[in-house]
Amino acid sequence: MAAPTVDESFQGRVYPARPAGTVTADAVRAFARAVHAADPVHHDAAAARAAGYADVVAPPTFAVTLAQRAEAVFVEDPQAGIDFSRVVHGEEQFVHHRPVVAGDELTAELHVDRVRVVRGNAMVTTRVELAAADGPVCTVTSMLVVRAPEEQP
Amino acid sequence: MTVAFDAAGVGTTLPATRFELTRADLRAYAEASGDRNPIHLDADVARSVGLPDVIAHGMLTMGLGGSVVTAWAGDPGAVVSYATRFTQPVVVPATGAAAVDVTGTVVAVDAAARTVAVDLTVTSAGVKVLGRARAVVRLP
Repeated sequence: MAAPTVDESFQGRVYPARPAGTVTADAVRAFARAVHAADPVHHDAAAARAAGYADVVAPPTFAVTLAQRAEAVFVEDPQAGIDFSRVVHGEEQFVHHRPVVAGDELTAELHVDRVRVVRGNAMVTTRVELAAADGPVCTVTSMLVVRAPEEQP
Repeated sequence: MTVAFDAAGVGTTLPATRFELTRADLRAYAEASGDRNPIHLDADVARSVGLPDVIAHGMLTMGLGGSVVTAWAGDPGAVVSYATRFTQPVVVPATGAAAVDVTGTVVAVDAAARTVAVDLTVTSAGVKVLGRARAVVRLP
């Protein structure tokens, strides 16, 4: 049986904003350590406050952790037909409206901007708009490639 | 230490930086990011989908590039945008490390916005692993 391909009718779908969680200082520190970001403003609240921030500052790619959780409602929807074992990350973009800092309570609105299937390979572009009570925080755009299954002999 | 806008003209280079990525680094990134895709953790799974061995998360490699930019700029909150394509995997062996080399150059300045565009070159084992990696940074 041929594996299902990605359903192009998902293009244009918008999943309304829902809570994306509160950014914790521990999460910021662990992420900063993982990407080898040593600046004290990632790790030390006093250093962050001295630099003018409310609390420790997330590295510029931290928002992917929130975006990927928000994308799951689409990416893991069986109706969408995405076989995650065949997914390759194609592109990623962050547009920061302001830095993410510990204590931020964010919401995530998911847009499926593009679904295109060419010869069984699908290119899926999602956009997550992260916002706080004071306005937009970060726009995270991801392009995933879902490779076609190999022909079975 | 913060770079001033006026000191970051076109052609300014960022300090070349080498990261030595081990399997422990991939486990730490998996935990910190929540991305526990086994192709980054389990060699058998990686090989079963046609990869030579465990590969680093593309987002880890992108994150290392971001760390080079923020260390240079002196303010992690100064990054206005950051984008890349993932062109080749970083293969991480079971023992030892995979070297990831990051260089960067200022390619454009916007005097009105006081931002500079930095293009990053990120290689591992002599191969470019990120494509069109660009960060825009606001400088004082």
